[in-house]
Amino acid sequence: MRVQSGGLIDRNTRLTFRFDGQSYQGFAGDTLASALLANDIRLVGRSFKYHRPRGILSAGSEEPNALMTIGQGAYAEPNMRATTAELFDGMVAQSQNRWPSLGLDLLAINNLAAPFLGAGFYYKTFMWPKAFWEKLYEPIIRRAAGLGALSMAHNPDTYERAWAHCDLLVIGAGPAGLMAAKAAALAGLDVIICDEDTRSGGRLNAERLEVGGLPGADWAQALEAELRAMPNVRILLRTTVTGAYDGGTFGALEVLPETVARKTGGARACFWRIVARQSVLAAGAIERPVAFRNNDRPGIMTAGAVRAYINRWAVAPGRVVTVFGNNDDAHKTAADLLAAGVHVAALIDARPDATTELDVPFYPGAVVCDAHGSKGLEAITLQGPKGQEKISTDCLAMSGGWNPSVHLSCHMNGRPEWRDDLASFVPRAGAVPGMHAAGCCAGQMSTHAALQGGLQAAQVAAQALGVDLPDLAPPQAEDAPYRLAPLWAVPGKGRAWLDFQNDVTVKDVRQAAQENFRSVEHMKRYTTQGMATDQGKNSNVAALAVLADATGRGIPETGTTTFRPPYVPVPIAAMGAGAQGKGFAPERLTTSHAASLEMGAPMIAVGLWYRPSYFPRAGETHWRHSCDREVAHVRQAVGVCDVSTLGKIDIQGPDAGALLDFVYTNTFSTLKVGRARYGLMLREDGHVMDDGTTARLGETHFVMTTTTAAAGQVMKHLEFVTQALRPDLDVSFASVTEQWAQFAIAGPKARALLNGLLDAPVDDSNFPFMGCGAVSLQGVAGRLFRISFSGEHAYELAVPARFGDSLFRLLVARAEEMGGGAYGMEALNVLRVEKGFITHSEIHGRTTAFDVGLEKMISRKKDCIGQTMADRPGLSGPEREQLVGLLALGNARPLTAGAHLFKTGDEAISANDQGYITSVAYSPSLGQFIGLGFLRDGRARLGEEVQMVDHVRNVKTTCKVVNPVFFDPDGGRARG
Amino acid sequence: MAELIAKSPCEGLLPLDLGQVQAREVVGQPMALVAPFKGAAGPLGAALMAAHGLSWPDPGKVVQGQGCQLQWFGHSHAMLVGCPPSDSLRTHAAISDQSDAWAVVALEGPDAAAVLARLTPLDLRDSQFGPGDTARTELFHMSAAITRSGAQSYQIMVFRSMAGTLVHDLKTAMQAVAARS
Amino acid sequence: MGHALALERPAPDAGAQVWDDYVHNRENPAGETRDLWYHGLGCGAWLVVHRNTVTHEIYGAALARDVKGAGQ
Repeated sequence: MRVQSGGLIDRNTRLTFRFDGQSYQGFAGDTLASALLANDIRLVGRSFKYHRPRGILSAGSEEPNALMTIGQGAYAEPNMRATTAELFDGMVAQSQNRWPSLGLDLLAINNLAAPFLGAGFYYKTFMWPKAFWEKLYEPIIRRAAGLGALSMAHNPDTYERAWAHCDLLVIGAGPAGLMAAKAAALAGLDVIICDEDTRSGGRLNAERLEVGGLPGADWAQALEAELRAMPNVRILLRTTVTGAYDGGTFGALEVLPETVARKTGGARACFWRIVARQSVLAAGAIERPVAFRNNDRPGIMTAGAVRAYINRWAVAPGRVVTVFGNNDDAHKTAADLLAAGVHVAALIDARPDATTELDVPFYPGAVVCDAHGSKGLEAITLQGPKGQEKISTDCLAMSGGWNPSVHLSCHMNGRPEWRDDLASFVPRAGAVPGMHAAGCCAGQMSTHAALQGGLQAAQVAAQALGVDLPDLAPPQAEDAPYRLAPLWAVPGKGRAWLDFQNDVTVKDVRQAAQENFRSVEHMKRYTTQGMATDQGKNSNVAALAVLADATGRGIPETGTTTFRPPYVPVPIAAMGAGAQGKGFAPERLTTSHAASLEMGAPMIAVGLWYRPSYFPRAGETHWRHSCDREVAHVRQAVGVCDVSTLGKIDIQGPDAGALLDFVYTNTFSTLKVGRARYGLMLREDGHVMDDGTTARLGETHFVMTTTTAAAGQVMKHLEFVTQALRPDLDVSFASVTEQWAQFAIAGPKARALLNGLLDAPVDDSNFPFMGCGAVSLQGVAGRLFRISFSGEHAYELAVPARFGDSLFRLLVARAEEMGGGAYGMEALNVLRVEKGFITHSEIHGRTTAFDVGLEKMISRKKDCIGQTMADRPGLSGPEREQLVGLLALGNARPLTAGAHLFKTGDEAISANDQGYITSVAYSPSLGQFIGLGFLRDGRARLGEEVQMVDHVRNVKTTCKVVNPVFFDPDGGRARG
Repeated sequence: MAELIAKSPCEGLLPLDLGQVQAREVVGQPMALVAPFKGAAGPLGAALMAAHGLSWPDPGKVVQGQGCQLQWFGHSHAMLVGCPPSDSLRTHAAISDQSDAWAVVALEGPDAAAVLARLTPLDLRDSQFGPGDTARTELFHMSAAITRSGAQSYQIMVFRSMAGTLVHDLKTAMQAVAARS
Repeated sequence: MGHALALERPAPDAGAQVWDDYVHNRENPAGETRDLWYHGLGCGAWLVVHRNTVTHEIYGAALARDVKGAGQ
């Protein structure tokens, strides 16, 4: 019920929303919870396990009951806490975990079966037979016990992530946090202040308190405005700091207003990573319920929540309210209700010596021992010194004291400290480096103490940063003592709830203790206490107290559970924001990309690069048609292929040759200027890292080529070698992969094509096989390398990348005129397999130079990376699987990469494994399927027939072991 | 014969103007990596000063010269931007032409820093990254060079091949920031 | 010393055990260690990072080039 006046709501802005299909109205400034209560809706959900009717318990992010699905269709987001969901016009909310409806939930049968569903029930009951767990028990349990459901549709919402840096991060914008921020900001520190609420002030917005002569909420607004005007302060509202991590890094989830989320590209939430040199934890405290029989009836709330609804949202959560507590907050609640004109049925204080001046029925030394009314509270029974009494009431405000929000202080393994005077835990100093607790969070329970504590925490932080704070006195505020008599669970029969979200009762915890789960960690896992999405914010301390009582120990001896990030649930979509679709990974496009697409080429991903697979022509209906034609172009005329993706590293300096001699197995310091050489690079453990050609452009200038796959790895390797192993070498290098667009021009007509384009012709004398040098093309300075990855007479022509698109089109047009054309990755692969050239399919990390038949390339005249370890026993010899060629016998049976090889007659099991196939192709030049693979002692077995078995694709082929160079074995075509 | 035509990395992708931020491509600047040989810091410094009016930049700094600038670019590299390197440098340093290797984008406007804060972990506060500061860092998933070119302007460099991704990522961040106002 | 021992590359004739230790064997201390870190998306520097594997505290970092150079 809405109270006539007051509250921090905008009564001029009415908002319409729907809950479970019905339309309601609220005001701007409402949460979904306050709007539901204003509309007298008390039943908002069903509990996790027993499907008990549940109402709103709290007014903050600790809410265990009021979990809603907000939004519709693919936009639906389950498990949103109604208490923090900012009401907007058109909001559609659904209750959860009920079937068919909230009022009539058939699964509430679980509640009647409760005696069987206690702690450890699943462990004890669903043990046998084993297979039943997966097939029968788990699906049923999952349907019955659960939270909201996902829409199962792709999430169309946008999420954002961002970084921020500051000197001081203030967590919480209540009195302590605001004071700390002000002091630090005035000292010139960069301050970020985060609060999960939509406005700063913390509890000041929920209480009738004055600060500095102003109503508390007004004081907070004024100070917020003052801080916002300072350039060194950032205020992030709706932002919950969710985790504390190494190096002063914090995670924080900012929930953006619906108005932002609805805009094009606007995010629903932003996940912040905040790096702070120091931090103040002013996260406040969470009020704890008292456990008594049926304390989960809708209408039973924490007293602080009742004050928040009355004072902040002008909502009376009931018409006849009863207040029950063990501390002075209960009295404050009764006073606030009276001030708002709400009838108070009784004020029940567990402390026998308590007194009151309020004009209400007062019961000192009494406790509430039962609650009545199934779908909403109708009455309570109290047990007083004079016996039991039943009181009609539709709302009970309960207060068992406050638990400081120590959570973030536990995120780096720190355990909180017990304080007897608070009957609760406070953060341990130093638990998170550079973090200082202040306010209620540090057990400073009065407003004055919180303001003072904020100043002190800022002082400590500033000292650590070597900054002096201005002399600042806290504004005038109440300084009432915090007096409570611990009351955890009211004795008596029936079920008294501790953890509302996971349906854990006092009985469950006692039973756990009885069954010897005495360690708090065991009790927690056995009962699931504190393991719901709220991590036991309301209940962990009380559960610990019950366990302590049941095991006859004090609470500090019993221990404490700890908290892990995140403080509130964080959507995975927020943490991975931006990484959907095109944002998943960078796309590297060559300069010929657009032209290739225009030619209809399907692109395939090669690492981050995209390369054309083949270039289909009219009438070609299968990729093999195109591929075979492109292979024929290269073998018979001329083909053009973009090879820009290969890594190119410019190496310069007096010791450039020495560096190459050290990283390659073979010698480069003796290479003549104007020549290129194939090089093999090993890892230090003796296995092959990469291969490629390196050209000597000048006396002290080389350009190294790496494979596309290993370009980054080789660059990192060279950095390591030159910085960490041989800083004595006078050499520097730079990646020029992106600087040059480079095209292979391959085939018998390659030179003719080139000579039609170059400003000066090339011939065998100025560009012999493996020759290289500068060329000019319409005045553009380029580089030409006579190297071949196809086995044909071939060149690679490089020009500055800006001309890549243009040159590719020109080369392809010329090639087509000469009976050739562009070729893609498929043809490139066929051409190299025919020649037995290796790629990372063969040098996959487990092969040695010996395995690929290149052991003679390891020069013995010098040291090089990997040389010593390559000599280890076991890395060469007949027991090794060695590179061989494989010919499929019979065209109908293709070879498959990844298939294994077996001796004819052997069973195809791993014990008989003889090797495996790494690359396969249909060779148009040979007219049959060929492959490269590794076969045990393969080089000694040429001519033998072996069985290829592909267990995955169920293919078996007989093949003949041959030399891996299938085509033009003497290499005459490339040299000629 | 068909002519060779130069094409810039972000051709057809920029400019973008969203909210309080504009992104445009910076084209046609000569760029060359300069890496001093051993013990050549002194003579290289003299040659740089004589030829270009430049001194060697400290880590994370950009030095302005005559119509050009020298931008720290790595543990032992600096990028000479704006003019072709003088031949007098070549005896003291390895010079590697990079004019075509990078997509260069200027990001400008009151919200430019907010957009960048969505893409890079770099501390962008004035006190840490003021005009004349530069960094090799991460821009979303890419390796980048980011330079504070003015009070409200930044220059971003990523590999040329990643131009499309850069524009995509910038646009996403620009839209998200624009939606907040 | 952790992975930073990779800076101390043995001579080719140092023997199998020395090489085996160099390439494969690393202490995995609960406490102080020296790692090699590579600033891959950044300036390309290799760093020797002195840190604590238990508290994650970082005591300091130096360029591998300088550490190696000082040892020569």
